[in-house]
Amino acid sequence: MSVEFVLKTENLTKHYGGVHALEGANFELRKGEHVAIMGDNGAGKSTFVRQITGVEQRTSGRVWLYGEEVNFSGPLEAREHGIETVFQTLALADDLDVPDNLFLGRERTFADWLGPFRLLDYRSMRQSTLDALNRTGVKIPNIRNTIQNMSGGQRQCVAIARTATFHSKLTIMDEPTAALGVQETAQVENIIRTLKAEGEPLILISHNMRQVMDLVDRIVVFRRGRICANLRKEETNGEDIVAYITGAKTQPGYEDAL
Amino acid sequence: MADKSQGTGGLTFDKSKRSWPNELNILLALVIIIVIFEIIGQTAPYMRGQSFLFDTRDRFDSIFNEARLQIIILQVAIIGIIALGVTQVIITAGIDLSSGPLVAATAMIAMSFAQTELVNSNPNPKAIFGVWAMDLPVIIPVVIGITFGAFIGAINGTFIAFFRIPPFIATLGMFLICRGIALWWSNGQPVSFPTDSYKFIGSGMMPVVWFLSLAVVFHIIMRYTVYGKHTYAIGSNEEAARMSGINVKRHKVLVYMIAAMLAAFAGVVLSSKGATAQAGMGEFYELFAIAMAVIGGISLTGGRGSIIGTVLGAMVIGVIRSGFTYVKLDGSYQLVAMGAIIIAAVVLDQYRQRNRA
Ligand SMILES: Nc1ncnc2c1ncn2[C@@H]1O[C@H](COP(=O)(O)OP(=O)(O)OP(=O)(O)O)[C@@H](O)[C@H]1O
Ligand SMILES: [Mg+2]
Repeated sequence: MSVEFVLKTENLTKHYGGVHALEGANFELRKGEHVAIMGDNGAGKSTFVRQITGVEQRTSGRVWLYGEEVNFSGPLEAREHGIETVFQTLALADDLDVPDNLFLGRERTFADWLGPFRLLDYRSMRQSTLDALNRTGVKIPNIRNTIQNMSGGQRQCVAIARTATFHSKLTIMDEPTAALGVQETAQVENIIRTLKAEGEPLILISHNMRQVMDLVDRIVVFRRGRICANLRKEETNGEDIVAYITGAKTQPGYEDAL
Repeated sequence: MADKSQGTGGLTFDKSKRSWPNELNILLALVIIIVIFEIIGQTAPYMRGQSFLFDTRDRFDSIFNEARLQIIILQVAIIGIIALGVTQVIITAGIDLSSGPLVAATAMIAMSFAQTELVNSNPNPKAIFGVWAMDLPVIIPVVIGITFGAFIGAINGTFIAFFRIPPFIATLGMFLICRGIALWWSNGQPVSFPTDSYKFIGSGMMPVVWFLSLAVVFHIIMRYTVYGKHTYAIGSNEEAARMSGINVKRHKVLVYMIAAMLAAFAGVVLSSKGATAQAGMGEFYELFAIAMAVIGGISLTGGRGSIIGTVLGAMVIGVIRSGFTYVKLDGSYQLVAMGAIIIAAVVLDQYRQRNRA
């Protein structure tokens, strides 16, 4: 397997009992490439993400990351391999504050010989949180507040800042701007442009056609659990994509996606 | 953009402002309860102007009634040790009902390795094992007791985390199992006559010393360590904790083990204090321990609560118990009042949560 692919999946399949949420997905992402995944609600986009990030165990299929075949047993392993994800559910702990959430599961510590009782380096995590928020332009009223009291958009900002704080080999964002206002959406899009400039690959799931056409190189369309189109941005347009999403069109080579 | 306000959409805020800690509310409640007892004591005709907490005997060296203060804290110290563990379990959104019977089972087992060979130069009439288990160094019964607790906790945690048995059911089963073990251990006979060093563990104010030092240790652990952070994260949003890479199952097992080890230690202290172990010991302890945590402001849905809160909750229970004795109210009223206070604490928590959301 050549290392020109950041991510490659072959026949990736996930069944929930009788529900065929994802069926035989063949997906490729090249170095530095930004790809959008589009599709109607329930098309299997988030399911696809959950299979690559080890949140769930796939029914069948194979996954390669930078040429190495991987089979993550859990999200921690995916993260250790450099996959940073903004999940659609955000995966934030309501009763913890912003730095706690940013560093959840990879806290900065000292006295590590204490094992699970190693001490938290609050000061350094707080400082890095402020830095990350400044860098990404995300504004949060008070980072010491628990997430619980924040608006949907602010919560989303925290989840995005978490992804942008850590250098990654692959960034995945599942509808990152779904609940955001105009300014905040622009901020997130700037973060994505920064990733592009730095050559960091990205998978962006979005229902926002303008955003997709602005930001990515390629668009992959999911329909009822199957990939039904793989389109280069220059060779397509909004209407065309909608036709694929709704099932009015199917690309040659993807005919089994009915 | 040179924007000095910190906030989204022009929202400004005061960075220095921290929210009112919940523990202060409990402290306030504690003070109010004390004041009420004080007023009753000073005004009720049958009390003849006694004071609840203050010294009334005109001594120069003291303003407080130390004897009462000591009793207040001593009578909740052992259950308080259990409550420190239960607090951690409830923060993960779990519950542990097995701690009372575990106290009894551990007391029986530990005491069997803490007996003296000779009682008034006669052989120990309650001997469980042969001479080999007599007059052992005190560390042995303590370690055996706590290890037994760890074992029980590991079983609780494994069933809850790996087999997805609801914590209420798993620990209810363990409740019966532990009571059964306590009864089976010596066929219902008490185990008595421990060594002097074993007796020391629970003598005098030692239970208070254990309770408060363990409270300090677990306060630090819950606040300043990865273990504490993950415990809160799991109770707050278990799925998010998992997605953030926390090994939720392993962590839960650890939490239940620590809770059970604390309950086991409480069993050691209790049997040492009374110099005997009986199968019926620790009745209702699990419920009082949960009550301490609940009065201390813990949320039964997980994610919120603190060791300081639980210590204050223990004090509330201690004050109420001794206050009722002080105003000469019967034990039966105490139970009724305690029940009412627990319900009130939960109602208050619900109310607070609704206001937040
Ligand atoms: N844990 C599960 N158990 C059973 N069915 C599931 C589960 N998770 C997802 N599904 C089903 O799988 C299908 C795909 O869901 P998925 O969340 O991947 O959709 P999506 O493309 O992300 O949609 P949206 O745009 O609404 O986020 C849906 O029909 C959904 O009901
Ligand atoms: Mg989705």
